[in-house]
Amino acid sequence: MNKIFAISNVVLLEMYRRKDFYVLFIVTALITAVMGSVTFFKDAEIVRYLKAICLFLIWASSLFIAIGATARQIPAERESRTLFPLMAKPVSRSQILLGKFLGCWLACGVALVIFYAFFGCVAAAREHQWPLANYFQALALHWAMLGIVVAMTLLGSLVLTAVSSNITITFIAAVAILLVGRYLHKVALSMTEPSAAIITGLYYVIPHLELFDVRDLIVHNWPLIPWGIWVIALAYAAAYTALLLLLSWLAFRRKVLQ
Amino acid sequence: MKTTRPFILLLLLLAVLCSGLAARIDCWFIGWPGNHEERLDPLDVMIGDAQKLFAGSFYREADVYYHSGYYPTIFDDREAFETAHMAEDTGAVASHNRGDETGFMGPTLDFFDVFNRHFIPNRHTHLDEGGPTDDLGKSQEVREILPWLKISSTLDPEDIRTYLTAAFYLRTRMGKVAEAEQVLREGLRHNPDNPQLLYELGRVYFENYHDLPHARNIWEAALRNWEKQMAGKPDSEKLSFDNKFIVQRLQTHLALLEEAAGHFNAAIAHWEQAKIVSSDPGGVQKHIDELEHTLATQTNAPATAAH
Repeated sequence: MNKIFAISNVVLLEMYRRKDFYVLFIVTALITAVMGSVTFFKDAEIVRYLKAICLFLIWASSLFIAIGATARQIPAERESRTLFPLMAKPVSRSQILLGKFLGCWLACGVALVIFYAFFGCVAAAREHQWPLANYFQALALHWAMLGIVVAMTLLGSLVLTAVSSNITITFIAAVAILLVGRYLHKVALSMTEPSAAIITGLYYVIPHLELFDVRDLIVHNWPLIPWGIWVIALAYAAAYTALLLLLSWLAFRRKVLQ
Repeated sequence: MKTTRPFILLLLLLAVLCSGLAARIDCWFIGWPGNHEERLDPLDVMIGDAQKLFAGSFYREADVYYHSGYYPTIFDDREAFETAHMAEDTGAVASHNRGDETGFMGPTLDFFDVFNRHFIPNRHTHLDEGGPTDDLGKSQEVREILPWLKISSTLDPEDIRTYLTAAFYLRTRMGKVAEAEQVLREGLRHNPDNPQLLYELGRVYFENYHDLPHARNIWEAALRNWEKQMAGKPDSEKLSFDNKFIVQRLQTHLALLEEAAGHFNAAIAHWEQAKIVSSDPGGVQKHIDELEHTLATQTNAPATAAH
């Protein structure tokens, strides 16, 4: 376990030095500030449009950070040939994989905490309330979703040859699931065979990332999600992440490194 | 010094040439038919008529906010949301909605669907009726639809629904009557003599300012404008659902105004007109009978007193 943490620590340090997060955070803060400076009908308490824009930027930024950072991990190590000295040490391939995953996922978590703290401040400035439990639920679900995305990208970096193609394919897949994943079964019902069966199969196989997108609940101040349901969603994310990591390990185990 | 002088002179020559050329082109540009300088709106230049499409999306987004996110997508049954509920509730826009507004998601299809519905807005609520918390004290939160309406009206100033909706909630839920009037007058600047905008403006004077003569003038002007706009048009268009709706609203409100002013004969005349286009002529006739009875009692009362 210590070896996994050591590798993840290196990944975290690398992410800390990279400029991606800072740039995305500044862009998010700037756009939010500009949008927040607009007043409509002299009413300073209108806030939901601002919350929606801010949360959208946070979601977009977090996907960029998660996919962009993870996709480079193993290919960069191979390219710079630092992977070989690492593997010469008494660490297994599974430990390297888990270390990389943990590092990227933790980095996403740190970024999310900062993003959500900013979001909370923006919302509180106008709404004069601080629904911490709701924010905690949203942040945890968001982080769990990023766990699946990080694992998916890690698998892509082992299966696909180029970093750019991995980033593009994973990003498109994640966005597509977020947008239409929920409706695939409904769409399949209006189709004929065999496309109906294929779409229905796809619906059951894909990781339902849209499940973790509770922005509407936060923006419109809906009550808390029942905690039991929330825990099941986290367990679902954990199971999917584990499955994708297992597939990544299978791919990495057989991979010939040159 | 000697070496720099030719360059300075050359620069001066170029500057003079540029100014002369710019002045020449400007003269030509002013007369050019494609000149957009009078309305130099960057959005207009960049996306042109596509602004109306975006305006429609923003208008729809306002209705999404009115429902706190509980809204059908293109994959759901949208029959009950053909007319935005926020506009329908103002009473100034005819409703084309059918079906069940609470069940557009349909029955659950699988366990994912059942589970999924915990993570999205899953109950039909209106923001001015408490929203998701059902707290009627929070009806002012309907203010959240205003940014989208403002953007929509900026992109498509000819869409009167945005002005009608914004003005209604500003005056009824937020107590901002002056702002509501301003919104309607802005709408009238872009859509002169529009009967629906005039109807809503009349309501501001009638319901908020309690200025009956002014309200009457506005509503009568709205009726005149409607008749002017309908002149020469076929009956099928004149008696379309939307047209009947606005005439019925105008006649009904004029009748109510005359009743409030104590002019029962004028009120009855307006009720008679309203009855022609009403979906419930029997109900209107009943009210006319009551008014006639009141009128008869009033006219008989002085005669009995004289005896």
